[in-house]
Amino acid sequence: METLLQVNDLTMNFGGLRAIDHVSLEVRSGEIVALIGPNGAGKTTFFNCITGLYRPSAGEIRVFPPGQKEIRIDGFKPNRVTAIGMARTFQNIRLFSAMTVIENVMIGRHCRTSTNILGAILRGPRTRRQELETIDKSYALLEKVGLTRYANELARNLPYGAQRRLEIARALATDPFLLLLDEPAAGMNPRETKELDDLIVQIRDRDGLAILLIEHDMKLVMNISDRIVVMEYGKRIAEGTPDAIRNDPKVIEAYLGDETDA
Amino acid sequence: MLPGHRSIKTALRTALWFMFLTLPFMVVRVNTLKGEVEWRWQNMLWVGLAVFLLAIVWDIALSNRHKRSDRKPSASQTLSRLSQRVFHDKTVYLPIIAGVFCLALLFPWLFNTYQVNIMVLALMFVVLGLGLNITVGLAGLLDLGYIAFFAVGAYTYALLNTKFGVGFWFSLPIGGIVGATFGILLGFPILRLRGDYLAIVTLGFGSIAKIVFENWEEVFNGAKGIAGIGRPGLFNIEMSLEATTTYIYYLMVALVMFAAFMTNRLKESRIGRAWLALREDEIACVTMGIDMARTKLSAYAFGAFWAGLVGVIFAARNTYINPNSFTFMESALVLSVVVLGGMGSIVGVMIAAMVLILLPEYLRAVAEYRMLVFGAVMVLMMIFRPQGLVSNVHRYYRKHSETDAAQKG
Ligand SMILES: Nc1ncnc2c1ncn2[C@@H]1O[C@H](COP(=O)(O)OP(=O)(O)O)[C@@H](O)[C@H]1O
Ligand SMILES: [Mg+2]
Repeated sequence: METLLQVNDLTMNFGGLRAIDHVSLEVRSGEIVALIGPNGAGKTTFFNCITGLYRPSAGEIRVFPPGQKEIRIDGFKPNRVTAIGMARTFQNIRLFSAMTVIENVMIGRHCRTSTNILGAILRGPRTRRQELETIDKSYALLEKVGLTRYANELARNLPYGAQRRLEIARALATDPFLLLLDEPAAGMNPRETKELDDLIVQIRDRDGLAILLIEHDMKLVMNISDRIVVMEYGKRIAEGTPDAIRNDPKVIEAYLGDETDA
Repeated sequence: MLPGHRSIKTALRTALWFMFLTLPFMVVRVNTLKGEVEWRWQNMLWVGLAVFLLAIVWDIALSNRHKRSDRKPSASQTLSRLSQRVFHDKTVYLPIIAGVFCLALLFPWLFNTYQVNIMVLALMFVVLGLGLNITVGLAGLLDLGYIAFFAVGAYTYALLNTKFGVGFWFSLPIGGIVGATFGILLGFPILRLRGDYLAIVTLGFGSIAKIVFENWEEVFNGAKGIAGIGRPGLFNIEMSLEATTTYIYYLMVALVMFAAFMTNRLKESRIGRAWLALREDEIACVTMGIDMARTKLSAYAFGAFWAGLVGVIFAARNTYINPNSFTFMESALVLSVVVLGGMGSIVGVMIAAMVLILLPEYLRAVAEYRMLVFGAVMVLMMIFRPQGLVSNVHRYYRKHSETDAAQKG
């Protein structure tokens, strides 16, 4: 398996607070990697660094887009990172709430289309073709996450679980090779979590995407991940297969403790 | 329903506060003839009573609104539903468009020159509103100095025409392009600003533009302004004042249609969606692969383009311009048009521009207290119908749709 993302010694300081302390991590093609750790461990900050929302204080981030040369992306703007092929969702849902569901997904196609102002006004055959393609691709993605019937509703009117799935569809619309999901199951009921489980596996198996996943739902994590990385206080404290992590004394002490007891 | 104990207390407090605030000009009057001070205490009583009653009505209206929102549809919701129906149903909106269009064509033959002239002004504000609607309504970028671009367009034509003899038609696109260029120039330094800061800087830009026109005597002729600007011509035919007014009127009608058409096309394109997304959530927007700088600059530029264009027509219509035509009041007026019409709604902006320009012209009583009424209307809108008169209609996307099968907004 080839490497898609390689993070070396990433460090992020906020003033005196070191939110991430020399964390390294690798995602290879076809993998589902879970990033777990207690609240405040620095998981979201890690995502923000590799997607360009934060500029890391130190360390390097390399991506290896399939069929292309490696690119060092630390310091890149978020839109460039997305254009290279990494897409993400947000822990606290960030949909375009006053736009329709289908429009939200169509936004994801922005970086894969090219109509400019003049083209949009003239609306020539190329623009029309592109627009139709955008609509069809967006519908296909809505179908995949099971939101077709809401297509022309405002995003803010969707139920909570559906909003999380819409965020996934929107991220997929950017044609990524690596999908970053920040607590996608947060606030979902067990049935919705099960559906999400299937969806994530399907995205990996059918679309061939690699997935980096932050999640608190241990059942989901243990079920679907190939590898788990554990963070605590900004440091990486363990890495391994679900079985290895389950039995790692350091992890049990830091994080899983109460859950395995329960 | 009856006002509660608490709302009476709040109203009382508000009334007292207003009585105190208005004391200097409602109660005290210096009679310069007799050289004495008059104390008109009865005025204070009236102010207190009026504010007290208003505050109670206000409170009832607010609490009704909260209750209504989860029960039966309110007037506001009915309005939304009506506008949705109107814009989605071809058999409804096509006859309306046709009717308005016929009326617009016949207007100069039905009304006198004075009224046509007022209508020209209203149409100018329609185009200005459509332009600012792109920046503020669609992309969500506040611009309190929008009229500066209008001024830039007007001065561009004034100088080109009086100094170099350049004709109107040639200057028209130049005015638009110069406006757009200034839109980009302003856009660059404020790319990172948000909220209050954006408001202050754009406000400053508007004032600076006026100050430059006022004080750079050699180029802009200062406060005296520029006179003798050429009217728009038609194949060198000499036209009477009335004919020119009619001519400019039709020109404005065409420009309104052109602007509405272009804005609508953009709105329903990749670019327009990026603007909307930027308005909704900047962070999500850049994370979805949209270049923030480019999207913001294009919104400023395209908005300013229309102001520059209308500026040229304004200068040509008046044949005389001076810096006093481009004050903050005009910027505020255009902004009111966008807010009242409904952020992002093309039809709403058209209606609002008509209402806000024509109403004061025909209702002298309103004209006196124009700014006061505007202020009150804006506050009421923000509280009771923040989406504007006509809420932004979203295009209905069908699967495998023929692109034009859907409706417009
Ligand atoms: N923009 C920021 N400024 C300052 N501190 C931050 C910022 N973002 C995150 N932090 C801090 O970094 C730490 C890690 O937060 P976060 O990455 O959200 O944790 P997690 O996602 O693992 O729960 C927290 O202590 C948080 O307060
Ligand atoms: Mg987090």
